[in-house]
Amino acid sequence: MSATTDFGAASADGARAAAGPPEPAGGAARQGRGRRVRLPKSPKIIFGVITLGLFVLLAVIGPWIAPYSPGASVSTTNGVPQPPSAAHWLGTTQLQQDVFSQLLVGGRSMLVVAFLSGAVATVLSVVVGVTAGYRAGLADDLLSMLANFFLVLPALPLLIVIFGFLPASGGSNDLLIGTIIAITGWAWGARVLRAQTLSLRSRDYVDSARLVGEPTWRIIGFEILPNLMPIVASSFLFTVLYAVGTYTAMAFLGLINPEHWSWGTMLFWAQSANAEISGWWWWYLPPGLAVAFLGTSLALLNFGIDEFINPRLRAAGLTRKRVKRYAAGPVPRRFQLGMTPVVRLRDGGQP
Amino acid sequence: MRILGRRVVFYLITALAAITVDFFIPRLMPGSPVEAILAHLQGQISASTVKSLAVQFGVQTKEGLLGQYLHYLNNILHGNFGISTSYYPTPVSSVIKSALPWTLGLVGVATVISFVLGTLVGVLVAWRRGSWLDNLVPAMTFFQAAPYFFIAFLALELFAARLGWFPTGRAYNQLDFPALTLPFAGDVVSHAVLPALTIVVCSAAGWIVGMRNVMVTTMDEDYVLVAQAKGLGKRRVVWYAARNAVLPSVAGFSLAIGFIVSGALLTEIVFSYPGVGWILLQAVNNRDYPLLQGIFLIITFAVLAANLAADFVYVMLDPRTRQEA
Repeated sequence: MSATTDFGAASADGARAAAGPPEPAGGAARQGRGRRVRLPKSPKIIFGVITLGLFVLLAVIGPWIAPYSPGASVSTTNGVPQPPSAAHWLGTTQLQQDVFSQLLVGGRSMLVVAFLSGAVATVLSVVVGVTAGYRAGLADDLLSMLANFFLVLPALPLLIVIFGFLPASGGSNDLLIGTIIAITGWAWGARVLRAQTLSLRSRDYVDSARLVGEPTWRIIGFEILPNLMPIVASSFLFTVLYAVGTYTAMAFLGLINPEHWSWGTMLFWAQSANAEISGWWWWYLPPGLAVAFLGTSLALLNFGIDEFINPRLRAAGLTRKRVKRYAAGPVPRRFQLGMTPVVRLRDGGQP
Repeated sequence: MRILGRRVVFYLITALAAITVDFFIPRLMPGSPVEAILAHLQGQISASTVKSLAVQFGVQTKEGLLGQYLHYLNNILHGNFGISTSYYPTPVSSVIKSALPWTLGLVGVATVISFVLGTLVGVLVAWRRGSWLDNLVPAMTFFQAAPYFFIAFLALELFAARLGWFPTGRAYNQLDFPALTLPFAGDVVSHAVLPALTIVVCSAAGWIVGMRNVMVTTMDEDYVLVAQAKGLGKRRVVWYAARNAVLPSVAGFSLAIGFIVSGALLTEIVFSYPGVGWILLQAVNNRDYPLLQGIFLIITFAVLAANLAADFVYVMLDPRTRQEA
């Protein structure tokens, strides 16, 4: 059974794998590399990586290639937004600002805030989660309590209160915005990391490292942390995704300086001009879709990592179409209820 | 039942911590934004109100921090959140009280629908693993990743502005006088359909993916194999597996409800729905600090209560949690 989910894009890969069980020698030789090689095969991951890459590229070059200044009125026909035209690919806003330029410029702030937030929150969650999991007892109780507190606390109202009290200059500082969002976003990762650390710390190899006399920082840094990497990556992506949504929401509410261009501020202006009931779709559709696709790419990457951690999540079995196509060959039967899918047959030895 | 007792204690401590955070945020902010607002409000509202606001936010007061805190705590416990400056001279508690039923109704109904629907679809996707339904998961991801209010924009433009099937906003027709009559109830429902639909579409994806992932793992368990080997019907087997697989969804409720409530608040703003989200926007636009803080606390308390309810359900569903008592 291949590690791919069946979207059709993987059919070439599937066909190769289905050609027959590989020789045992080849399978053994590939085992060392297998873990690293398998990851990009999933179409979810491929789609996620490509889309995310495009967004990162947009964030880097967007402000340079934007044809107009995002806040400048490009036409004197004030009052009514102009639909997309050759001069303004995505039309104009009510103040005759170029939507396309706003979209290009707004991406940078969005990605800076999102990734900064993800990085800060990940560091926090690793520190808190691993410490809590490794040091049982009172430290664990207190740190878990802290994480649970942030987990049940509704983040958006809290952020609204914080941003509401922030002086106006704070509302246009990406670093500050990202850090504040991170404070409310680290708890989920900390909880997952704590649970996994708890299970790792009593494994034999960690026990033996302790018996040998390795210092604690070494056990955590070299024995435990490497095994937590997929979870760290997953919690990083989760927080970035969370920050994208939260930052957009904050800007949409007008808590971010409305002159500080991001996709959220674009939606804020569109909403204040009632674009959605006036039929000015070109105004709110591009930033909304941009946020949605950025989020989708992050979520798909996260799914890919989840499937990597837990192989049973992979869409096992074959689509009906492919069952027909391979009906003659030595192909495993379609997954049956209650049968554990065994991956040995097609993919070179590893589940 | 010990576990429930522990949860209640945890939620009480969390509520207290939320009140404490609420107390300290205005006091720790640089640039004393409260004083600026108070100076701005001078003349618009009575001098005594300005003074009481100053005391509430700890500016221009001689009382020590501990004294201020105890004072604040006492006020909150008596349901006194101060006077709203944007709805002056209405107290914050009355402003929230008039908006809360709309939000509770909308979010409550939408959450139940999305949980039930999402869980059922999740079971179906896991059961039919390998069929075209697998493609549903990435598609749903899009709705999960899109901001609630963006989906609300689309719903509004499509179903209200273009097709005219539903009203474009508010909770009921303004010409109607709220009354307990059938036409008014129908009016309320037709106004609630689009906001509720938005919340369901955005939040169901989370339940679908969560349920599918647990269900896929559960169907590999031995007891499911045994149930199948005994020759039980397929539906029955799936039912057994689903009953067990739903537990993490219930346990994960706490994470989800915060997101759903937050998303619902933003949805309300798009639909001009007169719930908590709408007054939240007024509070933000007017820098109405007492109202902002009151809303934060009320939403926190509501979310904690919802969590407690979810914990009760969990204990009812999972006999293992009852065993230690």
